Amino acid sequence: MNEHTASPAPTGPVPWEREFALRMLAGMVRIRRMEEKCAELYGQQKIRGFLHLYIGEEAVAVGAISAMTSDDNLVATYREHGHALMRGVGMNAILAEMYGKQQGCAGGRGGSMHLFDATARLYGGNAIVGGGMPLAAGLALADRMQQRHALTAVFFGEGAVAEGAFHESMNLAALWKLPVLFCCENNLYAMGTAIERSQAQTDLCLKAASYGMPAMRVDGMDVVQVYEATQGAAALVRDGGGPAFIEYRTYRFRAHSMFDPELYRDKQEVEDWKERGPIASFSARLKAQGLLTEEQFLEIDAQAAAEVEDAVAFAEKGTWEPVEQLTRDVTTLREVAR
Amino acid sequence: MSTKTSYREALCDAHREAMAADSRVFLMGEDVGRYGGTYAVSKGLLEEFGPERVRDTPLSELAFVGAGIGAALGGMRPIVEVMTVNFSLLAMDQIVNTAAALRHMSGGQFSVPVVIRMASGAGRQLAAQHSHSFEGWYAHVPGLRVLAPATVGDARAMLQPALDDPDPVLIFENALLYNAEQELPAELDRDIDHARVRRSGSQVSLITYGGSLPKALAAAEELDAQGISAEVLDLRVLRPLDDKTILASVRKTRRAVVIDEGWRSGSLAAEVMARIVEGAFFELYAPLARVCSEEIPIPYAKHLEDAALPQPAKIVAAVREILGVRA
Repeated sequence: MNEHTASPAPTGPVPWEREFALRMLAGMVRIRRMEEKCAELYGQQKIRGFLHLYIGEEAVAVGAISAMTSDDNLVATYREHGHALMRGVGMNAILAEMYGKQQGCAGGRGGSMHLFDATARLYGGNAIVGGGMPLAAGLALADRMQQRHALTAVFFGEGAVAEGAFHESMNLAALWKLPVLFCCENNLYAMGTAIERSQAQTDLCLKAASYGMPAMRVDGMDVVQVYEATQGAAALVRDGGGPAFIEYRTYRFRAHSMFDPELYRDKQEVEDWKERGPIASFSARLKAQGLLTEEQFLEIDAQAAAEVEDAVAFAEKGTWEPVEQLTRDVTTLREVAR
Repeated sequence: MSTKTSYREALCDAHREAMAADSRVFLMGEDVGRYGGTYAVSKGLLEEFGPERVRDTPLSELAFVGAGIGAALGGMRPIVEVMTVNFSLLAMDQIVNTAAALRHMSGGQFSVPVVIRMASGAGRQLAAQHSHSFEGWYAHVPGLRVLAPATVGDARAMLQPALDDPDPVLIFENALLYNAEQELPAELDRDIDHARVRRSGSQVSLITYGGSLPKALAAAEELDAQGISAEVLDLRVLRPLDDKTILASVRKTRRAVVIDEGWRSGSLAAEVMARIVEGAFFELYAPLARVCSEEIPIPYAKHLEDAALPQPAKIVAAVREILGVRA
C-alpha cells in the first residue's frame, strides 16, 4: 500500500433518493461521453491546442458541484470541461468553444482550457497552475464585504500545492476567514511527476490544517462521499466558518494531455484504478440496491450520447468570428474625450 | 493666497474622496493600515474608514494582488497598493495572466475593475533590488492601462477615473515625487487618455513621464538659458500611448529626445521612438535620441547611482548633440 495503491471500490448502500442518485449517475455519464467524444474530435483535428481530459475523475466534479448553490462562485483549472458542464454551461457552448467557434462559451477566445460563463458564475478555466486560488480568495472577499451568503469553490490539482499561490491564498483566506472551499483533486500526478516526487510531505491535509482550517480527505472515486463531504464543508464555509480544504483522492485514466506518452506510470496501476472507476462502482451499488437496472443505465448512457451528438452538430454548424473583430474585448470600449 | 500640496497628500485626498463616494472602494496592501502606508499615502484612512476597507495584508504579493482582481470580479472596486514595483514581480502572474487577459479570454464576459498602485524608481541609494522602473514591462501588455502621475495635480486627479475604468489600471508613483509640493490646479485634470505638454517650446521635444519629468523640466530651463527652446511632454498614460499628442509635438519641433528611467534596451523610450519614426520620419530634422538608465543593476554608492540615472545634464547634452551645438 503506497500513495498510488487504489483503495477498494466503494460498496454498500447509497443513502440517497432514487431520483437524486440517478441524476448524479447521469452527470458522470454525461461528462464521460463528452470527454470520449473530445478525444475522438482531437484525433480528427476538430479540437486543437491543449486538451486535458477528466475521464476517471468525474465523481469529484459531479459530487462537489452538486453541493453548490447558484449563488456560489466556481474557479476551475484547465481540466474543467466536467466542472463547466456540472455548473450548467450547455454542452453545445462547451463543444463550440473547443471548436473555436463564436457560439462557444468564451466566444472561441478561450478554448478547452478557458471555459467561462458569467451566468453560471464560472470564473474559468485558469491554465496557470495555482493561479485560480488568489482569484477565489478575492471573489470570496467580495461576497463577504457585500454580505452575500455564498462561497467560492476553487479546484486545483495536487501539483498546485507546491505553488506559492496555494500557501499564500490558504493563509490569506484563513486569516480573513473568507468563504473559500479549497477543492484539491489529487490524481497523484502533476503532469508526469508523481506526488512523492514533488511533495516533501505527501499528506496534503496536514498542510491545510497548518493554516488553521478544517481539512479532510475523501475518496474521490466515490460520488457519495464526495457529495456528502462537500455538502457538510460547504455549509460551514457559507455560514461564516472560514475556509475549508477537501482532498479528493482520484485518478486520471487518460494521459495528461493529448501529447503525453505516459512513460511515468505503470500500466498495471492505471488498470487497478480503472477497476474502481466512479461510474462502474456507483452503478453497481445502485443495481445491488434495486435503484437501477441495466436497461435504465443504457437509457441514461444513450441520452448522454445523443446530447453529445447534438452538441457536435451544434459546434460543426457554428460560425467563425470575423477576423475584423480580432482586437475586440481586450479592453472595454469607452468614450475618449479630448 | 496660494497653498501648496504634496504629492503624498494629494494621493491621500484622492483615496479619501473615492472611498467616501463609493462603498465598493477599499484599499489593501502591506502596511497600508496601522503603519499608515510605507510612503504614508494612506495615513489616517484606517481611522476614518475602518479595517474592513483599509486592509493590511500579509507579505503575499501574489495572493493579495490576485485577491484584488477577484474582488473586482465580485463587484468591489479595490485599490491594491503593492509597496514597490520591485515586489510586483511576485504578483506579475496575476497581473499579466489574469487581470490583463480575463476580459479577452472570457469572450468579453468579465471585466476586472481593479486599480493597482505602486512606487517605482531609483535615486534613494536603495541599490539593485529596490530601484527598478518596470513601467515599460507592464505597458507592453494588452488589457492593462498604465498611468504615471508626475505632478501633484495628476496624483490628486487620476485615481477616480482609474477606478471608473472597467478594466485593470496600474498606477506608478515615482518614489522621489512623494515629497514634491505644487499648487493644485483650479480644475482637476481627470483625463487618463492623453499626454500633456508641460512646457511649450519650438526646437526639440523632451518626451518623458513620472520621476523624469522634473529632470526634463530642469533641463529645459537650462537649455533656455543656452538659447535653445525645448518643449516638455509628459506622457502620463504609458498604455495606451497617446500617439497623436506625441506626433503633434514632434511635428512642431522636428526633434525629440525621450527620457525614461527604465533600461535602454527594450525600453518604453524605444517604443516611443519607434512610433515617432513610423509616424513622422520625413518631418524630422535630426536623429532621435534618448536618455535612459545605464544598463547595470542600480548601484548603492551615491555618485555611481547618480551616474546610472537620467539627469538634467545628460538631457541637455543629448539635445545639444542632435542640434549639432558644439561646446
